[in-house]
Amino acid sequence: MDMSIALILSQDGITNGAIYALLALALVLVFAVTRVIFIQQGEFVAYGALTLAMMQSGALPATVWMLVVMGALVTALDGVRALKAGQGRRAVGVAGWNLAYPLALAAALGALPVNEAPLALQVLLTLAIVVPMGPMMYRLMYQPIASAPVLVLLIVSVALHIAMVGLGLLFFGAEGQRTPAFSEFSFEIGPLMVSAQTLWVLLVSALLIVALYQFFGRTLYGKALRATAINRMGAQLMGISPTLAGRLTFFLAAFIGALSGVLIAPITTIYYDTGFLIGLKGFVAAIIGGLASYPLAALGALAVGLLEAFASFWASAYKEVIVFTLIIPVLLWRSLTSHHVEEEE
Amino acid sequence: MRTDRIVLGAFLALLLLVPAILSPYYVTLLNYIGLYAMVALGLVLLTGVGGLTSFGQAAFVGLGAYTTAALTTAPDLPGWLAWVGASPWLTLVAGLILTAIVALLIGSLTLKLSGHFLPLGTIAWGISLYFLFGTMQDLGGHTGISGIPAIGLLGWTLDEGGEIYYLIWAFLLVAMLTTHNLLDSREGRAIRALKGGRVMAEAMGVDTSRSRMVIFVIAALLACASGWLYAHMQRFVNPTPFGVHIGIEYLFMAVVGGAGYVWGAIVGAGVITVLKQWLQDWLPSLLGATGNFETIVFGLLMVLVLHRAREGLWPILKKLVPVRARNKTIDPDAEALPRRTLPKAGELILEARDVTRKFGGLVANNNMSLEVRAGEILALIGPNGAGKSTMFNQISGVDTPTSGEVRFLGKPVAGHDSREIARMGMSRTFQHVKLLPTMSVLENVAIGAHLRSTQGVLSSAWRLDRAEEARILKEAARQIERVGLAEHMYEEAGNLALGQQRILEIARALCADPCLLLLDEPAAGLRFKEKEALGELLRKLRAEGMATLIVEHDMDFVMSLVDRVVVMEFGQKIAEGLPDEVQQNPAVLEAYLGGVE
Repeated sequence: MDMSIALILSQDGITNGAIYALLALALVLVFAVTRVIFIQQGEFVAYGALTLAMMQSGALPATVWMLVVMGALVTALDGVRALKAGQGRRAVGVAGWNLAYPLALAAALGALPVNEAPLALQVLLTLAIVVPMGPMMYRLMYQPIASAPVLVLLIVSVALHIAMVGLGLLFFGAEGQRTPAFSEFSFEIGPLMVSAQTLWVLLVSALLIVALYQFFGRTLYGKALRATAINRMGAQLMGISPTLAGRLTFFLAAFIGALSGVLIAPITTIYYDTGFLIGLKGFVAAIIGGLASYPLAALGALAVGLLEAFASFWASAYKEVIVFTLIIPVLLWRSLTSHHVEEEE
Repeated sequence: MRTDRIVLGAFLALLLLVPAILSPYYVTLLNYIGLYAMVALGLVLLTGVGGLTSFGQAAFVGLGAYTTAALTTAPDLPGWLAWVGASPWLTLVAGLILTAIVALLIGSLTLKLSGHFLPLGTIAWGISLYFLFGTMQDLGGHTGISGIPAIGLLGWTLDEGGEIYYLIWAFLLVAMLTTHNLLDSREGRAIRALKGGRVMAEAMGVDTSRSRMVIFVIAALLACASGWLYAHMQRFVNPTPFGVHIGIEYLFMAVVGGAGYVWGAIVGAGVITVLKQWLQDWLPSLLGATGNFETIVFGLLMVLVLHRAREGLWPILKKLVPVRARNKTIDPDAEALPRRTLPKAGELILEARDVTRKFGGLVANNNMSLEVRAGEILALIGPNGAGKSTMFNQISGVDTPTSGEVRFLGKPVAGHDSREIARMGMSRTFQHVKLLPTMSVLENVAIGAHLRSTQGVLSSAWRLDRAEEARILKEAARQIERVGLAEHMYEEAGNLALGQQRILEIARALCADPCLLLLDEPAAGLRFKEKEALGELLRKLRAEGMATLIVEHDMDFVMSLVDRVVVMEFGQKIAEGLPDEVQQNPAVLEAYLGGVE
């Protein structure tokens, strides 16, 4: 291996690592606030990428129907409850966001030639379809059992993961997709060719991390989420609704997932089931951070990305084995540093 | 005749007749159900009973299948290994040994961690092993290994579905019987305490880390045996059935069937397998596309089960079958368990000297000293926040003093874990009751005798432990009668009133045959008559030479019972002496009633 190959591999590693870092942050966030281990994170990545690809091919993205169905279910549950409680305006609000919005979106996508629209608009529409599924999913699947033990929530996550993979196959087919790059621009630093997409990934990741940092540090909602993560009961007693915290968290996680998908779709071919492996690498990073520390998780993500890039050069057949075996020394280190017997929930 | 035996007999007769009645298609389906149920049974033990979730069981199935496939088909094994490949039965042993080693390795890495790291770890190594099966050229890569021989048994070659059927179901039934026996034993009670009762179990001397490892290895071995059968039924293996998604399916089987029940494994495996067949025929034509769309239904079904019937289908089915669980019989002729020789009255049992415990700047205990002698009841009292619980933790070894020392029977307590302290003869109750609510009172109390008995996993699984089990149950029943809970012996512990649950904890502590009893607010929640009975019991124990330390708020109860009182306030001892003296002590009066200006 010479210097230039090492540089290229590092570039790949850092690009992927940036995506894993975003996913790891979302995973840590979701776990801290809701105790849900968000296995489906990867499916949001795939849904984001493939929805964009489908939109660009001129077809109506099938995910919009999923949004319509989920929205209808939420409306049925929450709208009826609001009506029974005599809260008419609330019921209208519920129906507006969960029923009218998805239908309007579907109608707009069907009527307008979005495949000719500028890329920025397509990305925006993709996010508009995929991201609301996050809070809807929380409402339908997790909210009724929000106080269940972590392991029950985990099994629900895994169940939703396999259901979403099956739906992904139904929506997008078995073919892989790769979307065109955001721009064709590229430049050279010494022997290294840096493509604009790499810069996009790094830039957006960095911006998002800064934005999240500001959100958690400076806004009331961000602080409410932090409070819930530290002490759920205490936060609830101070008037922070755990339901709101859950939905907001899932909104953020779905946003991060779908955006990551849109960002990497021009770099790697995405299949309906690719998300799982991408999400799991975010997990390895999150576990390095103990599912608690954001900076450690981000560093772990870079380590995973680099390891993966170099492993694919030296032993490409064993790439996945090496990446997932990385979790073993991490778990070993964690198990050596934890001594107390702890009570499971 | 007992109805449960009739139902079981009918089920077995039906199983026996199946290949004669049903078409090969259904026999094959039942073969798969049997194979899957064996893996799901491991998950019942691991997840439903032990509270440890694994998504990686399919990898252990693969380990069993690939071990036998590689060894029985390899043309030229190295000399030292060649004899193993001669018979599938030898490769079964080889597979079980290999699986046990791998499970011990993985278990030692992940089992110490808190609950959710294990399932995440299992997903990761499940994927690693799957990719390993697919990439190792010696294992045939993604095309797999074919030409695996059929199993021979007493000159009979099991090369047809209807023949290996009997072997599969014999394996499964033996596995179920063993698991059932294991759960109904000393080790089984320790395993059942893992979910939600680890701190209590450790205080009763159970090595919970070992118990976790035991069920992890058993579950892996069951999966491995299933893989061995699978390989010789299919006569062909490739990596597909051992991926992490199949591992997820196994967990679904356990959860849908009823993860807490041995029979749930069969129900779950049956439901999921039949449903999968049906959906695979039906969904692609409905949706107009080919693919594994059954996962959509499985996923949503799973969420529905967890929302609506978290215990799974078995408890619902059980109501339809007229079988009721029978109470355990207590053998009055069983030999009593060995007892320790109690120290002579007046001998020093527990001594705390200058114990100081600081949490950052907060001094919770400051230079606390006290001693308890055999045949004496000492009360530790004080207003809320005085540091009594912290002191209790220093004495029971849960916490370590910043400075000073606690000695029990002349040996320092610090540096020993709860189990060792329990073995030395200190037994305790908890301020917040810690018991296993779905287990009977009898079984809860029997956990206390863990350290007075020795039978292990294998003897329990094969029912060689019955003599000792009878002794344990007799002792537990004796302690229950002694504390006055005899009429509740077979009730679920969770159904008792709070006061009775506290009494149950005392029976459990006594079952350990201690020489020092630590009681944390035993009279809280008791009615007057119950308090009187408790006082009577403690006096009787005192007469036998028991040393008792009691933390209590109920002054009437304390003052009429104990020999000496230590009063704490703001982490310090403000008075010590006979109950009457302490009640006159001005410092105590000020602490409790406020000062007179």
